[in-house]
Amino acid sequence: MAKHARNNQIKKEAVYIYSEDQLGYKFSDSHPFNQKRLTLTTDLLRNMNALSDDDIITPRMATDQELLLAHDERYIDMVKKASQGLVTAQQTESYGIGTEDTPIFPNMHDASARLVGGTLTAVDYVMENKAYHALNLGGGLHHGFRGRASGFCVYNDSSVAIKYIQEKYNARVLYIDTDAHHGDGVQWTFYDDPNVCTVSIHETGRYLFPGTGNVTERGTGEGYGTSFNLPIDAFTEDDSFLELYRTAFREIAEHFKPDVIISQNGADAHYFDPLTHLYGTMKIYHEIPKLAHQLAHEFCDGRWIGVGGGGYDIWRVVPRAWSLLWMEMKGLPLPEGDLPQEWLDRWQEESPVPLIPTWFDPDPLYEPIPRKAEITEKNQKVLEKALYSIRSQQD
Amino acid sequence: MIVEEMMKTNVLTLQPTHTIKDAISLLRENKIRHLPITDTTGEVVGVISDRDIKDATPSSLLDQQSLNVHTVLLRDIMTKNPIVGHPLDFVEDVATIFYDQQIGCLPIVSKGKLVGIVTETDLLYKYIELTGAHQPGSHIEVRVPNRPGILFEVSKVFHDHHANVLSVLVYPDVANEANKILVFRVKTMNPLGIIEDIRKEGFDVLWPNMPGITK
Repeated sequence: MAKHARNNQIKKEAVYIYSEDQLGYKFSDSHPFNQKRLTLTTDLLRNMNALSDDDIITPRMATDQELLLAHDERYIDMVKKASQGLVTAQQTESYGIGTEDTPIFPNMHDASARLVGGTLTAVDYVMENKAYHALNLGGGLHHGFRGRASGFCVYNDSSVAIKYIQEKYNARVLYIDTDAHHGDGVQWTFYDDPNVCTVSIHETGRYLFPGTGNVTERGTGEGYGTSFNLPIDAFTEDDSFLELYRTAFREIAEHFKPDVIISQNGADAHYFDPLTHLYGTMKIYHEIPKLAHQLAHEFCDGRWIGVGGGGYDIWRVVPRAWSLLWMEMKGLPLPEGDLPQEWLDRWQEESPVPLIPTWFDPDPLYEPIPRKAEITEKNQKVLEKALYSIRSQQD
Repeated sequence: MIVEEMMKTNVLTLQPTHTIKDAISLLRENKIRHLPITDTTGEVVGVISDRDIKDATPSSLLDQQSLNVHTVLLRDIMTKNPIVGHPLDFVEDVATIFYDQQIGCLPIVSKGKLVGIVTETDLLYKYIELTGAHQPGSHIEVRVPNRPGILFEVSKVFHDHHANVLSVLVYPDVANEANKILVFRVKTMNPLGIIEDIRKEGFDVLWPNMPGITK
């Protein structure tokens, strides 16, 4: 599996960026964003013998200078002060922290900077040819804005990492975001940049946060035509989701010709997810990483960085979805059939819901959707509109 | 909101003695559709729209292009004595004028001079701002009985959850006149607690509502 890199060190297939310190990004016991997901996923992979100590790389912290690539100094200062309890929620509210979504917690700055550092560690492994692929499941905080927190996200690790890639490695980046929420923070950071292409497939903003991500948001100025949005209807199921994902990702990659792919792998498009209204099953989490893997080899000599993201059913959905992502990245055959009994036994007691004992979901998982044909048709129209500009250039 | 808070003050104008050709190039270069026509003292004497131009010029499908048309003076095709507004007019009234009179722009005049312009596009953007759709938020619709005090009862839930409301709209319920639909945009990614508490108060939360489907 391992291949020789130029520097004669063994080039790894993939590295898994992880340390227990990443669990320090914790708002409260009752907050839906819960990094226990990382423990559950890592433990599941260990039980599958899919993750060894050699695979795991400890993330570093992002420096202030690195954070400044995508964040304002005043905002970083405010997060630091809030971390130490030096300011009140009233003073920080305009920065999006101290809110119900993003409450202040002890050592907030360090914990947030560490998640960014994890993605930067992943970037360095891939861009310095030490590994083909790298995964930081602690990252993917795509709602973070330049000067304020939003939607559970303090610092935006993908935005910082893309700026870092541009500065240090001068590469063209394709960012693909399959979280059920629009990847607004990353999109707006690079909205006018022709060398970064952002693609987000998400539930429409009709009801769901953040409400943006319309198909007409295509970038601005020199960056016009390098932002793509695929807002899909509530109740969208596997086949329609995958049709849009596969078609758009491939056509956009062929058009943009990236040097490196960053995929954001929020796992909240699943039927079980409490915050969203999409009807995905585990099938999409088998398929999403496969195509990212394939396109990374086709277009980028394998350079693929994966990050986590949303995912609020931390027991039934996220550990399975993210384990599949790592196994695909590592080049292992994707499992079917049963989950390891040891893992189920260990966590069932703590889980408030019965765990799903198999890699795929029970079929059927839900009652049939009455308007499936219309939803599928509507999503196809969205796909056509999103790709209109690149398709018309080819004709 | 009053007109002076939203009007564009940097207004492009032409005089009645300019030609159709002048108007065509100014409209095209600036991607606009309306031009107030002023006299030398700055008083509005007419309006030219892209529609007036189209009516006055021959079809582009005709072989015989009559270029003479382009030298016609604007005073001969402009709408004379157009409807104008005042900086202190209410924005709601402007919307009504656009709707009733079927016009697309309103020159704003104060002390006899042109001071601004409001177009349908400007008004539409104000509407987008009103719905709060330009800021990150979740969208919650609540069906409530049409009686006094109901908004307070619902908004109390937002207060209890320390949730920042970006916008509130009240719609009639087309299905039942005894009800209203309240539409909130709330600055939160996790509206579940809010929705649960609104339901506990006995109201119907439509989130998301698609006929035939409930999750």
